[in-house]
Amino acid sequence: MDATDLARWQFAITTVYHFLFVPITIGMSLIVAVFHTAWVRTHNPQWMRLAKFFGKLFLINFALGLVTGIVQEFQFGMNWSDYSRFVGDIFGAPLAIEALLAFFLESTFLGLWIFGWGRLPEKLHATTMWLVHIGTVLSAYFILAANSFMQHPVGYTYNAASGRAELTDFFAVLTNKVQLVTFPHVIFAAYMAGAGVVMGVSLWLMRREAKAAADDAQDVARTDAPMYRTATRIGAVLTLVAAVGVTITGDVQGKIMTEVQPMKMAAAEALYEPVPAGEGAPFSVLTVGSLDGSHANAIIEIPGLLSFLATGNFQGAVRGINDLKAEYAKTYGASGNPRVADVATAFVPNIPTTYWTFRLMIGLGIATALIAIAVLWLTRKGRTPTARWLAYAAVAAPLLPVFANSFGWIFTEVGRQPWLVFGLMTTANGVSPSVSMGEVITSMVVFTLLYGALAVVEIKLFLHYVRKGAEPFEEPQDPADRDEDAPLVFAY
Amino acid sequence: MDLATFWFIVLGVLWTGYLVLEGFDFGVGMLLPVLGGKRYASDDADAEKRRRVLLNTIGPVWDGNEVWVLTAGGATFAAFPHWYATLFSGFYLPLLLILVALIVRNLGFEYRHKRPEARWKARWDQAIFWGSLVPALLWGVALTNIVRGVPIDANKEFTGNLFSLLNPAGLLGGLVFVALFLTHGAIFVALKTDGKIRHEARQIAGRVGIVAAVLAVALLLWIGLGDGKLASWVTTVVAAAALLGALAANRVGREGWAFIGTAVTIAMAVATYFLVLFPNVMPSSTNPDWNLTIANASSTDYTLKVMTIVALIFTPIVLMYQGWTYWVFRKRLTVNHIPEDAPLEPVSR
Repeated sequence: MDATDLARWQFAITTVYHFLFVPITIGMSLIVAVFHTAWVRTHNPQWMRLAKFFGKLFLINFALGLVTGIVQEFQFGMNWSDYSRFVGDIFGAPLAIEALLAFFLESTFLGLWIFGWGRLPEKLHATTMWLVHIGTVLSAYFILAANSFMQHPVGYTYNAASGRAELTDFFAVLTNKVQLVTFPHVIFAAYMAGAGVVMGVSLWLMRREAKAAADDAQDVARTDAPMYRTATRIGAVLTLVAAVGVTITGDVQGKIMTEVQPMKMAAAEALYEPVPAGEGAPFSVLTVGSLDGSHANAIIEIPGLLSFLATGNFQGAVRGINDLKAEYAKTYGASGNPRVADVATAFVPNIPTTYWTFRLMIGLGIATALIAIAVLWLTRKGRTPTARWLAYAAVAAPLLPVFANSFGWIFTEVGRQPWLVFGLMTTANGVSPSVSMGEVITSMVVFTLLYGALAVVEIKLFLHYVRKGAEPFEEPQDPADRDEDAPLVFAY
Repeated sequence: MDLATFWFIVLGVLWTGYLVLEGFDFGVGMLLPVLGGKRYASDDADAEKRRRVLLNTIGPVWDGNEVWVLTAGGATFAAFPHWYATLFSGFYLPLLLILVALIVRNLGFEYRHKRPEARWKARWDQAIFWGSLVPALLWGVALTNIVRGVPIDANKEFTGNLFSLLNPAGLLGGLVFVALFLTHGAIFVALKTDGKIRHEARQIAGRVGIVAAVLAVALLLWIGLGDGKLASWVTTVVAAAALLGALAANRVGREGWAFIGTAVTIAMAVATYFLVLFPNVMPSSTNPDWNLTIANASSTDYTLKVMTIVALIFTPIVLMYQGWTYWVFRKRLTVNHIPEDAPLEPVSR
């Protein structure tokens, strides 16, 4: 393992961990805002209880997303200083704008939301959560614009004198065609994750309440089961809507990817030899054995599907790893760009990783949608089912879409390799020359241990509050006739 | 003035915003075991209430305060990529420590109140205390070293290590930051609370403030004698005067003025740093020819123009709503405002 591998592992660990919490934050802030607004509009106590309950779970999750996000802002410079020098002109701007537009909005209004009970007028209070949500979406936009530049650099020029990429058109960076499809794809995927948490948690509580009522021979309608049923169904509907969005945007994304990063598409299928138009490249659902292309080993194959994913036509031509490799060697190996020279012969990403993460992303997404469909069916017309397997479905509902998000990112980032910025700079050329391996190992070990411990704390706390369920309804205080000396409605 | 110089000033403003705002919540965090400790509290229950008063003075705002450093980081990346690259890769281990400290501290704020067990709270209290002390100290060490110069080679790469940062001036800088933030934080507590704790906070501010004043003047003289300019001497004098004014105001119970005083002190200290630094952004102690300067570390004019437009539009908006938060939560807190803790109960079912 060399310095580049270490730096990559370090970045992968901190970033994948950070992104476990981000999609939940984006998705749940929307749902909490919806619950809170429903309370303001109807004054039906269940909405207030749900807003507060999921608000608390949201905050437990948000806290970890926030603190691990600070690391992200620093570590480009810490571990990837040559990259930062090379693209700072372009990559730094969206990052700075993200902080100015999104982070301030999120953190300030979240503070107002947390401490606003009994203090802010109710409409304004609900608005603060919407602003938090808008902040999370803005944040996604700018960081994805930065990432899309790495996938498909636009709006820049290479200055040979300074040896740096320089920004020429910021609007082009913000409207990169990769960005325009990645952004909705990621947002829909985040909605699936947030909705998955709400669906899973509510389903579990609904089942618990309904089961307890049945055991005590009580009327289910008088327990909290109907409230959790409503929340479960809202989560399920949002999951399905988002799943449709993910599918459509993912489809478009596949075609753009084929156009701008054909190697990534070939790597997604471990397709070594090109398939000419008219033959239709199949998509293998499952394979055994190695993926080195030495022999065909697919167990289940869907004919023509890869061609369709890549081109929109079941007969479309798809390029293979080997011919792309030869072409890249010719184009980039002889380009004279010093940031490319080290990989003149190796332009292929890690195939097993791209192959399996691509399938896991899709498979877990489909599984989530199937759970949502099953849940909607079983809870139709006021039903509050208590089947045992629903408890497992409740646990799976939040986990599957979160991991689908992770696998999607691992696929798209590993699939870009060996490039750091496609066609411009390889990953090995981006690492910090002044940082020693010992320093990288130190930080990797520190973050891994810390993050591991925090995961345990977070999950325990989260489950503790899930088990507690929603607090009983309390008539909220009107801020207008608040007693200034009375205890705060909410305090740390 | 060219845009790069303008962004050098913007960074000075961002660091000022960060250190003035997070400065007091670092101070509150460091005071947690003091003002919320055995010395002032009558018993454990009282100590817990006092700690909660302290935490609630910064509860709604600490997160927004911290975004200033993220913005400063992002703006450095965008406006001065070489500065960002050299600084963040060079100061690797201190930054790692700062990150770890901020992580546990922020989780302390968010998670401490989420369980009633004394052991749980005590652990997060530790996290908040160390998580406030360590960054306060290390930012002081780091910024002072930037101003004084660090080993940088011809390729703009840092060639020192952790120990080259732990020199006397750097360490003094760290101590000054800690003492200043303690004073600033104690005055903030006095401003935001009422009753016993308010008066005790003022007492602490008075005592620590003198130490801070002595250390800060020594540090600014040290830095000024190295590379001072007329303007930096002016800001040094204003910083010292503001701190003395703050202590005088604190003594007579004018906490608002005292807080403005410490805020001005911090702002003027940052201004002194940046004025001494100018026109460099990271001088090389190895060879002055290898200094990172505003000119050789900055982005292109086009990037700076884009950033300027965005900053001019959105900074006022951010300042408005962040200021409004302080207005919403302007009321002084007392132990009577702290709601009873949820009783220790096992989760049912």
